[in-house]
Amino acid sequence: MSASAIHVAGIEKRFGATTALRGVSFDVEAGELFGLVGPDGAGKTTLFRILTTLLVPDTGSATVLGKDVVRDYWDIRLRVGYMPGRFSLYADLSVEENLSFFASVFGTTMAEGRDLIDPIYRQIEPFRERRAGALSGGMKQKLALCCALVHRPDLLLLDEPTTGVDAVSRREFWDLLDTLRATGLTIVASTPYMDEAARCDRIALIQNGALLAIDAPGAVGRRFPRPLFAVRGMSRTRLLTALRAYAHAASVYPFGDTVHVSDARSGIAMEQQQLELSEWLRAQSVTDVSVVPVEPGIEDTFMELMGEPSPVAA
Amino acid sequence: MTIRSAAPAIVARSLSRRFGSFTAVDRISFEVQAGEVFGFLGANGAGKTTAIRMLTGLLSPSDGEASVAGFDVRTQIEQVRRHIGYMSQRFSLYDDLTVRENIRLYGGIYGLTDAEIAERTTAILAELRFAPSVAALVRSLPLGWKQKLALSVALLHRPAVVFLDEPTGGVDPITRRQFWELIYQAAARGTTVFVTTHYLDEAEYCDRLSIMVDGRVAALGTPSALKAEFSVPTLDEVFVRLARGPATGAVL
Amino acid sequence: MTTRFSSVGALRAFMRKEVRHLLRDRQTLLILLLLPIAQLLLFGFAVRTDVSQVRIAVVAPSPGAATAALRTRFEHSGRFRLLPPLLHPDSLDALFRSGQADVGVVLEPGLSSRLAAGVPTAVLIVADAADPNTGTTMKNYASAVVRDWVASLGAAPGAVQLATRLRMRFNPTLESVNLFVPGLIALILTMVTSLMTAISLSREKERGTFEVLLVSPLHPWQIIIGKVLPYLALAMANVATVLLAAWLVFDVPFRGSLALLLASSMLFSLVGLALGVLIASVTTSQLAAMLAALGGTMLPNTMLSGLIFPISSMPRPLQLVTNIVPARWFIEIVRGIMLKGVGLTILWPQVLVLTVMLLVLLTLAIRKTSVRLA
Repeated sequence: MSASAIHVAGIEKRFGATTALRGVSFDVEAGELFGLVGPDGAGKTTLFRILTTLLVPDTGSATVLGKDVVRDYWDIRLRVGYMPGRFSLYADLSVEENLSFFASVFGTTMAEGRDLIDPIYRQIEPFRERRAGALSGGMKQKLALCCALVHRPDLLLLDEPTTGVDAVSRREFWDLLDTLRATGLTIVASTPYMDEAARCDRIALIQNGALLAIDAPGAVGRRFPRPLFAVRGMSRTRLLTALRAYAHAASVYPFGDTVHVSDARSGIAMEQQQLELSEWLRAQSVTDVSVVPVEPGIEDTFMELMGEPSPVAA
Repeated sequence: MTIRSAAPAIVARSLSRRFGSFTAVDRISFEVQAGEVFGFLGANGAGKTTAIRMLTGLLSPSDGEASVAGFDVRTQIEQVRRHIGYMSQRFSLYDDLTVRENIRLYGGIYGLTDAEIAERTTAILAELRFAPSVAALVRSLPLGWKQKLALSVALLHRPAVVFLDEPTGGVDPITRRQFWELIYQAAARGTTVFVTTHYLDEAEYCDRLSIMVDGRVAALGTPSALKAEFSVPTLDEVFVRLARGPATGAVL
Repeated sequence: MTTRFSSVGALRAFMRKEVRHLLRDRQTLLILLLLPIAQLLLFGFAVRTDVSQVRIAVVAPSPGAATAALRTRFEHSGRFRLLPPLLHPDSLDALFRSGQADVGVVLEPGLSSRLAAGVPTAVLIVADAADPNTGTTMKNYASAVVRDWVASLGAAPGAVQLATRLRMRFNPTLESVNLFVPGLIALILTMVTSLMTAISLSREKERGTFEVLLVSPLHPWQIIIGKVLPYLALAMANVATVLLAAWLVFDVPFRGSLALLLASSMLFSLVGLALGVLIASVTTSQLAAMLAALGGTMLPNTMLSGLIFPISSMPRPLQLVTNIVPARWFIEIVRGIMLKGVGLTILWPQVLVLTVMLLVLLTLAIRKTSVRLA
């Protein structure tokens, strides 16, 4: 257990009538970049708040850096860096003032933490006099990351660090996390973007307060239980209508410029499934049909495991 | 609502907006046809929000001209507003009102009759698979449902054009796809959809898209045309190349 | 990893940040600094009305040359309008009650003969104090005229004993600029302490920065002290401004110990700050905190402290409620120090009450401020 940076066992948390977490268990190894992947409202923030000792679980237990989140909250707070969902910066303070404030709060100085945050800070340094409120989303995010790192934590917890940030800034942010991981820092980050999950060492898929799967990103795709096909054809609407009408379709989801389709029948070879699907589409007068087998990704597995959503809040 | 099918639903000609010495939107020009799903992409700070504010009549242009649903965004703000719907990730519905109350509110704001409101309420509840007796506060809905409801409400008065500002942020992958089905249905009925997103797989679902960089439209075309133009397999890469510029883009 | 944590350094950093917040929000800061002066001037000048055309009645049971001389003096003073002479004090009462007279001068029967015989005689000046401030002013003007007249009589010293009285009709508290200043100090302190701390703490919660502060090694009490001390300094600056302005502009007397006044202002501020922290700990939004602070502190401290409505004229149940209103006790302390010049020997019960309030509120505030999110 001491090798794990985080050990979570059977955590449940309720708020009144709603259950935010239902029996969550997982481990994060030291030095790992661990992703918590799921939509808003899945329970990611509650889990982070338990790990940062801000909330006490109703049942189950958790240790962070070997310390109990309920009993040893003080030791944990000294050693983790935390970036909550909304970038928690003081909009009326400058970049530099925010950073030096958070440094002093942790009893350190900007100079002491400088080498760790340097690759990130260099990007926002030109704006160090600017008030945090006047920064772009990507810059705010980098400043918030610096603030969470300035006291050289042993564990970095990032709750949806890339929400509301454009695709380019998101990419750059994950590049920064790669750099940080290379220093041996353990990082746990949550995200609703499935494409970001691929950049983690391991991920946990979370939905409705429960973990759907924990695995390496590549392995998560392989958990998809059936052969998967990427289907193209003229007119997306006609294609979708035809696919939905296909009696053997187990799943039909648009995926970029294709539609991912799987066949519900298990006793039939993949080539046969592919052939029958193409024939069905041509019979439905969809033109320019192409059906090719495709490697299932994280999002395919997620949709397979999450089940049909319902309008009633969990 | 009559939609003049021949005329473009949105026209922007050298549309510009300056704030002091800073040019947020720099002479952008494009046309969006009626019933088209038009993706409006760009990095944070590229000028998307300013452009949308001009098209919805919230900000007056510094230069150039634009019309939405056939009305001039400078001089016919009233008519523009009446013919558009708007929904954003940040604000769309009142959390502390029920599903029905929200629908009734917006129906009232846009001057629908009680009969129309009742009829469309029933239709929306059925479409979103709510029980007809639903009395839930919007606050209690899962995000994805809230967003689907918000879209239905934005379409309540059958606008000619609907502006969707990052409507699917944080929504689960299945509900996100259901949301896009609602977008297609609206487009099939003739509504023009103007949508921004940070999910580049969603950009593939658009009929055409534009990518803004530093206040200008840097690319405009169908998803496949853009991928072909930049000789890359995904829109993600098109976006990264444009937004980071050719110099840094090459390093990736 | 060794993390040596210095609470003093963290606290200092926190206060520096808080001061920056205050300085950055220029509008709010300007309002907070200028409001006391504006309020003082507004109330001060609004209360002071110019005294002229004072209707005066002279009661002279035995009219003679001396009483005629007094009437002439009033006539020529320029400020008074003489009412027809009265023979009996009872008729003066009627004039007051019907609002026909502002000031009455009552002379003793046989004034001339008493003066001639060297027997001391009394002169009573009564002023209507419906508006206490003008009442006092009118009384003072009348006294001056009477004194001149006494001097002109050439009587032996002590032969004429002048007594003055304010006749109180509606406002037995004698509100005036002098009496208003203590109340104003209480009001300003309440605003800067309770209201501002409640708002600024709940703002951190609303913006999510509180979450980060909680996860930091800062103890909740450090967050609170760091939050509260800059506002305490601002509050004391406001006390100084109000005192200085009151002294410069309105000549408000200051009879007692300045140190005691500042110390009790600090005590009252701490009560306010503890209340502000308590409010912020039980509310979830800035708006709720602001409304709670307005309703829970500003309102009672204005309405139930004796500042506007005299406590003695309130219904009994409300009078009991005033006992838990901090400003009530503070205003008594400040009035005692400034106007009567009394010290702790007299004012200790009020100080004790405030101290107990502070301890209770602090305990509650610390209890309510959790090391975790609610």
